[in-house]
Amino acid sequence: MCSPYRIELAGLALLVLAGCNKGPATDLPVRQLGSRAVIDSALTAGLSRSAVSEDPRAALYYDNAAAVNTGRRLFGQYNCSGCHSNGGGGMGPSLMDDEWIYGGRLEQIHQTLVEGRPNGMPSWGGKVPDEQLWQLAAYVRSMSLPATLAAQNGSTPSQAPAPVPREADDHAGWSPPPNTTNDYTTITTGPQ
Amino acid sequence: MRFPSTILLALAPLAAVAQTVPAPVPANEVFAREEIGHALAEPTPQAGRTAPSAANAPEDDGQWTMPSKNYASTRFSALTELTPQNVKGLQPLFTFSLAVNKGQEAAPIVADNTMFVVTAYPNYVYALDLTKPGAPLKWKFAPKPLPASQGVACCDVVNRGGSVSNGKYIFNTLDGQTIALDVNSGKPLWRTRLGNINTGESITMAPLVAKGRVYVGNSGGELGVRGWITALDENTGKLLWKAYNTGPDRDVLIGPGFNPPYAMDRGTDLGVKSWPPQAWKIGGGNVWGWITYDAELDTLYHGTANPGPWNADQRPGDNKWTAGIFARDPASGTARWFYQFSPHDEHDYDGINEQILLDMPFAGRMDKVLIHFDRNGYIYIIQRATGKVLSADPFGPVNTSRGVDLATGRLILNPAKQTKLGQVVGNICPTASGAKDWNPSSFSPQTGLLYIPHENICMDWMNMQVSYIAGTPYVGANVHMKPGPGGHRGELTAWDPVRRAPVWVDKENFPIWSGTVVTAGDLVFYGTMDGWFKAVNARTGELAWRAKVDSGIISQPISYRGPDGHQYIAVLSGVGGWSGVVVSGPVDPRDGSAALGMVNVMSDLPKYTTAGGTLYVFALPH
Ligand code: HEC
Repeated sequence: MCSPYRIELAGLALLVLAGCNKGPATDLPVRQLGSRAVIDSALTAGLSRSAVSEDPRAALYYDNAAAVNTGRRLFGQYNCSGCHSNGGGGMGPSLMDDEWIYGGRLEQIHQTLVEGRPNGMPSWGGKVPDEQLWQLAAYVRSMSLPATLAAQNGSTPSQAPAPVPREADDHAGWSPPPNTTNDYTTITTGPQ
Repeated sequence: MRFPSTILLALAPLAAVAQTVPAPVPANEVFAREEIGHALAEPTPQAGRTAPSAANAPEDDGQWTMPSKNYASTRFSALTELTPQNVKGLQPLFTFSLAVNKGQEAAPIVADNTMFVVTAYPNYVYALDLTKPGAPLKWKFAPKPLPASQGVACCDVVNRGGSVSNGKYIFNTLDGQTIALDVNSGKPLWRTRLGNINTGESITMAPLVAKGRVYVGNSGGELGVRGWITALDENTGKLLWKAYNTGPDRDVLIGPGFNPPYAMDRGTDLGVKSWPPQAWKIGGGNVWGWITYDAELDTLYHGTANPGPWNADQRPGDNKWTAGIFARDPASGTARWFYQFSPHDEHDYDGINEQILLDMPFAGRMDKVLIHFDRNGYIYIIQRATGKVLSADPFGPVNTSRGVDLATGRLILNPAKQTKLGQVVGNICPTASGAKDWNPSSFSPQTGLLYIPHENICMDWMNMQVSYIAGTPYVGANVHMKPGPGGHRGELTAWDPVRRAPVWVDKENFPIWSGTVVTAGDLVFYGTMDGWFKAVNARTGELAWRAKVDSGIISQPISYRGPDGHQYIAVLSGVGGWSGVVVSGPVDPRDGSAALGMVNVMSDLPKYTTAGGTLYVFALPH
């Protein structure tokens, strides 16, 4: 029972996702973002708050264990894992290193998902129910939480995602991941 | 160069679990060469000398105008200045920063005393004037590929090089264009868009230019992209023909002239019938490796990549025409024969590696053969005229199959290593990237040996249900790689194709992801992922010289004659590619499944090298 065409996610099979920089701008982000006029994005979580008030829709997805668990399932179903593996990256960047190109607050991650990003992140706004994008954002944010990292057992991370605490937004990055490519603050030892 | 497992174990407590290179697969997990290697006849070395024909390997003019050196793809340089005795004096003469710190897989090209280099994305092209001290820049061309193409490159944003032909430098861009530049000015003469990144399509291969045509194929087998090969007019960039590697015969350019040597490849529309309904439309079979032109038989040969998705449970059938090799008419593209290395591939064994065209003694007479080193672990010697397999011998760790049945042509699968839905199958050898990946071998007519740069890596694999969403990965497998028997992850094997056996093997800690070049001075040059550029004696494998460069090497070294008549060796540093993305990409070593499971076996690479990208040119002081 595994025909590639019988897909649980009805309708998805015909989706063609587009990078956000192709051709003339579409109206997608506008539709998704409702009344918000100005969007900030490329800020490290917590370092500075933008002038724009936070998206009220984000509130539901903090301290929400169900959201991160659903997000984990969706991350596989929408093939995010194909590009980001289990958070460690591949075709797309690592999401478990708490380094954010486009910001790590839930609303910023949500915006990344809605709009896509120029260096190859597809846009999902209007193609996937908005609630699922928030759940995905919560799961992505959870990947680099100390609690989620501590729960890693073996070589597959992000399998027991911790709920995202409010303080995650005020944090300029949790403890830097040792010996990782993006680790500029601790020492990578050479071969012994 | 052994990498004892005791060292690995001793390190384990210091690092997080996922950052430790796993223990090697036990030696008794793989089959012995004698057990699974087969040939149609006993070796008859007395029947003649192995060499490429003059048509496919004309006399060496000291230039290096195509990545494979010549149509035969020997990567043999007839220059003799450098020898195992004097190579110790080899010195870097000049270096040139490529300004791109991603995996550099290209071969530098030398024509008319100019050197041409194309980089990884954003695919800059540099032309350097070799007649002046320090080889100053003549021009630089920036093709500006779409940035989003980076997101659909399965295994780093690499480029495998360009070619010079009739005053043009011809290369591909990651976002699917083929471009011809005027060698003198760097101005584009034509520019043809072939790929569409919105469906996951990209181009990383080196185009082949032969007889007025440019042959190009697409990448995207990890994103459900249907594979094709196309021919363009060398002077205009106009499309001449395009052949798909899945689907109905009319798309594959299969007609009355198609004569496959084995019954399993005969029938109508097998490219449709050997798949579940419609699955061929998203079934892979891409052409991201080497295309070879045979000037003697006026035939084109090209491999086809893995079927998609990796999860083979979702595509029962032989999945024609993936994981095999086509012979085609170069003028029309029509297929002459096909042979499938891995029918219904379950392990990502793309068939896209290089083929070397040789005349070789077999069964008591000289035969025209092509030699292909497949990811599935076998060296195939195939009759060029018919596609018939003369011999197939393992050159790396193999347990997914028990040899090739030479009567039917079919790979004999080992059921114990077939992949399963929701269940981890452990210690599968070779790994997904193969006993050898894309990086090309060389052949010396002087030693009669092939110099194969390859991997000693195995894997654990679990199939997972995957949905097709255009422009996203269509893989469906959770893979964790590990070192093969012995624990060293790379090997340089000198192989005697006539006697069907290795003559010597050099072990490397990391997989060898660079090509090799062999010279008439009996030296083999290759680079390592931890940043050594090495020369070994072509007859013994003994290390003759090495130099440390700024970053790991995964490119294709070349040997050329400079304007002053001296021999030069050129290579690009710049670690990356599938195996090196843990250094060049934003990838986290804590996730063993990252980069399609490669990170699991390469998590220690960041301790040895950093990202870079530099052209190095070496010569004896003179
Ligand atoms: C086709 C490959 C691909 C797929 C599929 C994909 N991504 Fe991405 N993703 C990328 C790339 C490439 C980037 C980097 C974009 C850039 O830098 O402009 C990225 C960036 C991101 C970022 C921004 C990270 C940062 O540092 O700001 C997030 C978050 C993200 N992806 C989450 C997801 C989620 C969730 C999904 C599934 C719904 C997904 N991605 C699917 C390729 C992909």
